[in-house]
Amino acid sequence: MVSMSGDRQRSASTSVVQEVSTSKDSPSASTSTVAGSSNCSKDKKMSGTSSGPTMGHVLPNSLATVCGSNGMAPAPSAVNSLTRRATANAANPSEQGQLHNEESPNHIVYRKMEHIIERMQDDNAGVSVKNVKTFMNKIPSVFTGTDLTNWMLKNLDVTDQAEALHLAHLMSAHGYFFPVEDHILTVKNDGTLYRFQTPYFWPSNCWEPENTDYAVYLCKRTMQNKARLELADYEAENLARLQKMFSRKWEFIFMQAEAQSRVDKKRDKLERKVLDSQERAFWDVHRPVPGCVNTTEMDIKKACRMHRPIKSARHLSVAVAGGRISPSVSEVDIQCPAATIQKEIEFLRKKLARTNIKVSKVAESYISFYEQYVEYDPFVTCTEPLNPWVSDTLDFWDQDKSGKEIQLKRVRRWAFSLQELLKDPVGKEHFTKFLEKEFSSENLKFWEAAQDLKALPSSQVGARAMEIWNEFLGPEAKCPVNVDSKSHEATRLAMDKPDRWTFDRAAAHVYHLMRSDSYSRYLRSEMYKDFLSGSKKKVTGRSFIVPRLSNFNLTSN
Amino acid sequence: MSLSLSPDMRTFVSGACDASAKLWDVRDGMCRQTFSGHESDINAIGFFPNGYAFATGSDDATCRLFDIRADQELAMYSHDNIICGITSVAFSKSGRLLLAGYDDFNCNVWDSMRTERAGVLAGHDNRVSCLGVTEDGMAVATGSWDSFLKIWN
Repeated sequence: MVSMSGDRQRSASTSVVQEVSTSKDSPSASTSTVAGSSNCSKDKKMSGTSSGPTMGHVLPNSLATVCGSNGMAPAPSAVNSLTRRATANAANPSEQGQLHNEESPNHIVYRKMEHIIERMQDDNAGVSVKNVKTFMNKIPSVFTGTDLTNWMLKNLDVTDQAEALHLAHLMSAHGYFFPVEDHILTVKNDGTLYRFQTPYFWPSNCWEPENTDYAVYLCKRTMQNKARLELADYEAENLARLQKMFSRKWEFIFMQAEAQSRVDKKRDKLERKVLDSQERAFWDVHRPVPGCVNTTEMDIKKACRMHRPIKSARHLSVAVAGGRISPSVSEVDIQCPAATIQKEIEFLRKKLARTNIKVSKVAESYISFYEQYVEYDPFVTCTEPLNPWVSDTLDFWDQDKSGKEIQLKRVRRWAFSLQELLKDPVGKEHFTKFLEKEFSSENLKFWEAAQDLKALPSSQVGARAMEIWNEFLGPEAKCPVNVDSKSHEATRLAMDKPDRWTFDRAAAHVYHLMRSDSYSRYLRSEMYKDFLSGSKKKVTGRSFIVPRLSNFNLTSN
Repeated sequence: MSLSLSPDMRTFVSGACDASAKLWDVRDGMCRQTFSGHESDINAIGFFPNGYAFATGSDDATCRLFDIRADQELAMYSHDNIICGITSVAFSKSGRLLLAGYDDFNCNVWDSMRTERAGVLAGHDNRVSCLGVTEDGMAVATGSWDSFLKIWN
């Protein structure tokens, strides 16, 4: 019997869901609710007849009307102004509404959350919604936090309670369900009572409620003499502020609020409780309690992009600031699809023409890269001395500063590639000494100069390029580098108009020379070996954050 | 929305709101390659330490690894329960761990090679907006809309 009544109430409160999905046959959906609820049928009948002919047949009337397609009902509904905005949006979706629907980054999140909510509200496998009786009153259609987390643990792929709570909290912060008693939208894993939000108030409906709507809502609450509707401190402050802001319009706002509260009063008691709480939760999402997160806020970068009227951008025909130089889908593409397809064919052809390395080969290269560098990744391997962030000791940095002892693994790294050697200042210094012994240090100097040139301010590039030319490549160079004639010729021609990349070709040649010749000799030299054996030996330990990569296959192929 | 310069400074990749990532040449400003696969805006992009691949983070709640040499997507990092977009990504020094900051206030640590989640850094009270690994690879810092900058170890 208890469960029966629970189900009934549930259908009453969630009937809104059905109303939306089956807005065309709403009478049948609502009749089932009529049949189901017996305890308060009298009140419902009353409200049904009083709220006007258009929605006489729908029981949870105002909301159903709001949600259904006939939102233009003449009778003032509880969320009057909001409704008008919603219908206005529906009327010309080509305007903002659609733009938001498709482009809003939040939309993907909303869709996923709604999918989960749908499962939660399933009659059989969902979270069980009950009426709770307390000493004096009855709380309709609620569920507990424990019920919710248990359902998540059972039905969703969550590993532990903390994760379930996190997800629940997130959905609550977006207003899909809300605590019955509290303004703060969060979920606790206990007997706290929660209620589902009606789909009408879901954030996916592109709400951007205005302050006037908020003022009407707050004003309305002051009119009803009920403890549960009393304004919280922050709300009272907001109301005062709004009153000041809309001082001229206040009469109008007041009248609207009055009309809405009149309609509200005609409604059934339990139903009102649900509606009031849902409306309150809506505002808790959009005008959160100070200190709470407003989930409807958008990243400023995205907001700028989305609110920019597309038309004006087209008129200007200038690349949109911070924008797309070569958009994949431009206005031109939409106008002539043939050109788009042509472009795509070209793109794919280019892609075919490129020689690609097999994915398996590439994957292997990452594994070997990881294996080579695992020692140098403090997240995976413990460092010696300990990571200062973990151990709270400064040994690691002190050692770095003193620079007396150089770790073995650091020196070993020089052997990975010439690039690694040159990246380490100590390595570079050592290599320079080696080159000086071989009388070929000008190669390194030239290469370095060519690299430094790239980072110079444009104004200095020309003069510096000239200097480099005179020092290393010109006919009277002080320390000429050994560059093949072709590169030399190319560089000479490029010197007519020197830029940052004038010496690239010559530098690449020199680099190749160093790598294939001096570098390999350096690695074999006694000098490097001495340095290697002289450096500090340390045993490295592993931490446990990732499993070893010994025998596993990459999932992609 | 985002940019990452390759370790050799010759190229960079960009992630855009058209859900594609493009590889550009610094010198001549030409687009060399285009990588598609994401279903929504790419908010974050970061090079793999060897410079041959990069990871992207998108509003479609997935991170992906694209390889430049193979010219395609190599791996996808996602989970059914992760429903929020990604705002920032960074690799650990060996490339084994991919750290990603999410709109759901968390920072997830992915095992880039097994495409599994290796850990979660939870502690922010609002969206994580940026994230970075120190030059020496010792720590990761996350910045969030909750006005805190946290350093994790």
